[in-house]
Amino acid sequence: MAEPREITDQSFETDVVASELPVLVDFWAPWCGPCRMVAPVVAELSDEYAGKMNFFKMNTDENPQVPSRFGIRSIPTLLIFKSGELKGTIVGFRPKSDLKKRIDEALSV
Amino acid sequence: MKEYDIAIVGGGGAGLTAALYAARARRQTVVFERKITGGQIATTDIVENFPGFPEGVNGFDLAQRMLQQAEKFGAETLYDEVRTLCRDDDGRFRLTTEAGGYRAKAVVVTAGADYNRLGVPGETELTGRGVSWCATCDAAFFKGQEVAVVGGGDSALDEGLFVSRYASRVHLIHRRDTLRASEILQERARANPRFTFTWDTVVERIAGDEAGVSGVELRNVRTDARWRLPVSAVFIFIGQSPNSHLLRGLVDLDGGGHARVDLRMRTSVPGLFVAGDVRTQAARQLVAACGDGATAALAAEQYLDETYPEAG
Repeated sequence: MAEPREITDQSFETDVVASELPVLVDFWAPWCGPCRMVAPVVAELSDEYAGKMNFFKMNTDENPQVPSRFGIRSIPTLLIFKSGELKGTIVGFRPKSDLKKRIDEALSV
Repeated sequence: MKEYDIAIVGGGGAGLTAALYAARARRQTVVFERKITGGQIATTDIVENFPGFPEGVNGFDLAQRMLQQAEKFGAETLYDEVRTLCRDDDGRFRLTTEAGGYRAKAVVVTAGADYNRLGVPGETELTGRGVSWCATCDAAFFKGQEVAVVGGGDSALDEGLFVSRYASRVHLIHRRDTLRASEILQERARANPRFTFTWDTVVERIAGDEAGVSGVELRNVRTDARWRLPVSAVFIFIGQSPNSHLLRGLVDLDGGGHARVDLRMRTSVPGLFVAGDVRTQAARQLVAACGDGATAALAAEQYLDETYPEAG
């Protein structure tokens, strides 16, 4: 299972905004229990959507700029981007089936 | 369709303990969890009143250990929400989730309770942008800022104390002039220089925009005075409602929507057990929920022995 790569405030433009594929970013922090539940689900999804979507993680403790730019006040939060534009926001832990539905919705917009 | 001996609906303290007992009794056991294993304790920073942990224990870590223990004895965990539950003519139960259908000879419902919502304008729109039911998840985003905590029970104080590690001021908004919270939490809150108590007051509206919560509109229930308090977050702990919708029409519920059970967690339906916060008169404590889960699993075990002696 491919663990999504950690990205930073500095790499956000190249990794996410300039990405040709749609992108999902999992915002997390080490102190957040529910984030630890989301991580393995996101890793599974990253396998299932391989070639169709890129999956990344961002530690909100170490990277204050991007979370504040998107008004993130709660984690886990998953943001979905397509052509650099925000297409979907998922706050809190959801079952995998829910996440897939939300991802597919965001991708079809 | 996959059939289990015992299906457990809800993976909190009650459900994980029931799973441990059922799996350890060599029953084919499954736990359905729609969110996070551990239920309410999964988002509790420090559990101080679970016996055996004099230093306290992180709720998420404790829940993970309970899960590992149940899985060690063979319990399966499925992260999916059970949408319907019914009893077939042959006495077995049928459960459906998004992913499909399952059958079980006995069912233990440990679906717990969810925090109530205020039901005021702004609450839904600003959820995740400052409106929160989980201090341990979200408090760190409000470092050095003023926040409101609504409620007067154990959860409100416990979570409020956690928030005060980050926030510059915690305004506790309570609709009465006394707290229901346990004395030890009240003492800590009163001694906390960052705590301010606002009595006899309710939240009428949560204000904010794309950038997040900017304040709450308050009303004093005695004087009807109204004012606005600028805060960047609202943490809401105003009681809980049982997740008993699966049981509606199937078993007797009390006035609060909790399932009526006997002392062995049996409902009026043979083979259907209810334990933890979703049952009537629950103590709503982790250790009590775990005890309930064990009681229910033992009763389910006896039911299976009596009803399906050939399988034992």
